[in-house]
Amino acid sequence: MNEGRREVLQLVFVLVGIIFLVKLFFIQVLDNKYAELADSNAILRQVEYPFRGLITDRHGKLIVFNTPEYDVTVILKDVKGFDSAKFCSVFEIAREELRKRFKEMKARREFSSVKPTLFIDQLSNEDFAKIQDRLDEFSGFYIEARTTRAYSTHALANALGYISEISKDKLAKDESKIYKQGDYIGQSGIESFYEEQLRGKRGVQFKLRNVKGIEKGSFKNGAYDTLSVPGQDLISGIDLDLQQYGEMLMRGKSGSIAAIEPSSGEVLALVSGPSYDPTLLTGKNYSSNFRLISNDSMKPLFNRPLMAQYRPGSIFKIAQAMTALQEGVITPETRFRCDKTIIGCHAGHDNLDLRGAIANSCNPYFFNVLRKMINKNVSASPFEDSRIGLAEWSKHINSFGFGSRLGIDLPNEKEGLIPTPAYYDRAYNNRPWKFSNIYSIAIGEGENLVVPIQMANFAATIANRGYYVIPHLIKSIGKDGKPLPQYTERHYTTIDSSYFRIAVDAMQEVVETGTGQYRARLADIVVCGKTGTVQNDPFPAHSVFIAFAPRENPKIAISVYVEDAGQGARAAASIASLMIEKYLFGKTKRQFIEDYVLVGKFLD
Amino acid sequence: MRRDDDISGSLDWATIFLFMALVTLGWLNIFAAIYDETANQTIWDLSLSSGRQLMFIAASAVIVIAIIIIDVRFYETFAYLFYGLILIMLFLVPLIGKEVGGNKAWIGIGSFGVQPSEFAKFITALAVAKYIGSVGFKMDNLRNQAMLFLMIGLPIIFIQLQKDTGTALVFTSFILVFYREGMSPFILIVGICAATIFVLTLLIPNQLYLHAGIALTLAGLIYFGKKKFKRIAILTIGALLISGVIESVDYVVNNVLKPHQQNRVKVLVNPDIDPLGVGWNVTQSKIAIGSGGFFGKGFLKGTQTKFDFVPKQSTDFIFCTIGEEFGWFGSLVVVALFIALMLRVVFLAERQKSRFARSYGYSVACILFFHFAINIGMTIGLFPVIGIPLPFFSYGGSSLWAFTILLFILLKLDAHRGEMLQRI
Repeated sequence: MNEGRREVLQLVFVLVGIIFLVKLFFIQVLDNKYAELADSNAILRQVEYPFRGLITDRHGKLIVFNTPEYDVTVILKDVKGFDSAKFCSVFEIAREELRKRFKEMKARREFSSVKPTLFIDQLSNEDFAKIQDRLDEFSGFYIEARTTRAYSTHALANALGYISEISKDKLAKDESKIYKQGDYIGQSGIESFYEEQLRGKRGVQFKLRNVKGIEKGSFKNGAYDTLSVPGQDLISGIDLDLQQYGEMLMRGKSGSIAAIEPSSGEVLALVSGPSYDPTLLTGKNYSSNFRLISNDSMKPLFNRPLMAQYRPGSIFKIAQAMTALQEGVITPETRFRCDKTIIGCHAGHDNLDLRGAIANSCNPYFFNVLRKMINKNVSASPFEDSRIGLAEWSKHINSFGFGSRLGIDLPNEKEGLIPTPAYYDRAYNNRPWKFSNIYSIAIGEGENLVVPIQMANFAATIANRGYYVIPHLIKSIGKDGKPLPQYTERHYTTIDSSYFRIAVDAMQEVVETGTGQYRARLADIVVCGKTGTVQNDPFPAHSVFIAFAPRENPKIAISVYVEDAGQGARAAASIASLMIEKYLFGKTKRQFIEDYVLVGKFLD
Repeated sequence: MRRDDDISGSLDWATIFLFMALVTLGWLNIFAAIYDETANQTIWDLSLSSGRQLMFIAASAVIVIAIIIIDVRFYETFAYLFYGLILIMLFLVPLIGKEVGGNKAWIGIGSFGVQPSEFAKFITALAVAKYIGSVGFKMDNLRNQAMLFLMIGLPIIFIQLQKDTGTALVFTSFILVFYREGMSPFILIVGICAATIFVLTLLIPNQLYLHAGIALTLAGLIYFGKKKFKRIAILTIGALLISGVIESVDYVVNNVLKPHQQNRVKVLVNPDIDPLGVGWNVTQSKIAIGSGGFFGKGFLKGTQTKFDFVPKQSTDFIFCTIGEEFGWFGSLVVVALFIALMLRVVFLAERQKSRFARSYGYSVACILFFHFAINIGMTIGLFPVIGIPLPFFSYGGSSLWAFTILLFILLKLDAHRGEMLQRI
């Protein structure tokens, strides 16, 4: 009567076994989801952040370094018996603030009660010391240490730049996949330009952990672990004392100082006024300070030595002179009358030779020089003749590094402007133009635009008698290293070095007997310089001075721009000579010049 | 009656081999489940579950010898006495027992605790087998049937009083034995249908579809079958009853089941609800097993069980360690060993000459099957989480000894099958 029942039961047993094996095959072999989930359960990926490279000055003085900073994170699930009153007193925050932080944290989209979530960010070393011993009283709260940038100086802000969290935009564009959200990245200055060298390499460690998050040794004995590699230290060419002195001189003024060691192209000082304190853009108050600084009407984030474009003014006459000599349209002995009918000039001279014309910054002289250069009568048409002349002229001028970016190791450098025939075609809407339309470029006015760093580079080129090395702030990547390869190469101008001797002589005369004699001259060494007074109607002119010293084997070349400060012989010449004195002798002896600069009443 | 001096020759060594294989694998997996790489541990360490399990295994060897030495008639003779005693103990446990893991199922003897409910399984099996094998027993006799259900019902009630639902449910596996011994399959079919409808109701949120399905089935049955009034009436009443069951599911889930039981049922239907809360056990168990791949991560190389992601990893969830460290292949071996053991037990049962021994054999097979199906089904998310051990694998003396006794009484009976009176 019970036939087949045994078989029914046997069938059920086997069937259940088969169902299990099929289901197991699905979850074990076919579905990878569980293996991944198991890894995320048990394998903790710990990132070891590298130390960012340090930045020192040319004498090894530390400028930028790292300092620890602490984030407090919370795993809400682990918080037990939370005493909010005690928490508030230990962390020194108001009860309201605490409530707000919890609320904000929970509102964040990535919030999870089982993962560490940022609760208080960027505690300083001192704040951390206060809470360190008491943190274990609050279960679920953890400390994550990382480093932030610190500065030994309040100077050099614009050249150094700053670091901050990488933006979503940049993160999306980052094809190297090096950066993760929340990473810090150089945002301007050296920090940005040398990001690759400074950032180092992140290390990753895979740790096994149990269900409570307690570490249980390394995954596969550390086979996949990598050590972090610290970023490379950078040795800059900056002389920190000189830099700080320059910033002191520029206090309350708008303008820039750029000083270069001519032989190497190393930047000795790069002052932008007004500036800001680099320590403001680090640590806890970064965002609020950044808002303040970037909204400041004086634009302290505007890096004037690289970004401000001015008309070159009379300093350009030196370049004009050398170009004309090279083209053979004048000789050092060529004289022109100071005929003020077309172009104005200051009194006290007439019918000078080239040296005298430079020393006294004679405008009509250089009007004539440019005319001879532009109109060489190679073509019957005055228009065509001007085109040919201008093309040759701009080729020479460009060879000094004008009209294009020099390629300094900082971002946002401006190129300035040296007009070419194509430029005037555009400017005149393809109507014909000739010398009489463009002659104001003769004295550095008109369409020309230069950037202060180009002017300092120009002084360095004359100091080197014909070549320059692209100015750069970092002279060595790593200890006893080299600068980037482009900063070791000499760039020669199209001018014969013999013509530079004439320029040097003329610049010496400017300081010794010419426009710059009163404030730019130094007692023990020969300074060569040139004043410039850049028209800025209706405001007072910009005061400009370029110089190098000593005359033989020059150690420093400099350009100084002081906006709205009138004649170049006053503000700019004073500052330039003080900087030269400071750099060459380590101190300044002319208190009256320093006082004159610090008081800053240049227009009286 | 022949005095059997060489009993080893008549023992079924195939079963003993399967038993030893399962116990050994269980022992290794208990060590793997609790293994901590950072501590210097050995599998023999008595402070660890693995060391203690080895002790339990040694003790069960002693038990096996005792079972074999004791006269074969002992088991049938004293079956009712034992049954009475165990009922008293089960009744007393909630009153004098100690609580372990939420269940008051333990009676302490010194520092040692035993679970009477584990031993109630083989004792009930003996008593039921004795009743079925008794003179004048007829399965189609309603009085006899009622008596059988009472015999399994009493332990169920007492064990349920200890809040040990899992073990209580084990006793329902005797229904399969009754079926084999001639009970109408109707009660099984109704049970399976009810369970199916229950789960379907949970799976299909809109119960209208279910009612419509039933109505269609009813219409089909009436249309294609004999159109007798009685048949149509029975079918209609049946359909109405099923619809009533559907309507009552929500009520049962929400009012009859306790909250933690409700959650276990809900997790089964939707494994992704609350993976960190009520779904934790099943989610983590599936992760551990699923991460094993084809050949597993290797002995002691698993991360999920030994780092405690899986709860109760050396007892109820021991299968996770097998799945994780030995992969699908290891699972296949273990499942195959269990199926082989159950089929072997059925084979042994069928060759018994007495109805008592045969019924007992089927009880062994069905209890093993119930544990096997519920335990593994739970770890891979096919059954709700019901805390019962995997026979011979799960850590614990009571469980191991109870299964050993259960199995070896059958072997003892089998060895003496020629001496048993034929009562079929």
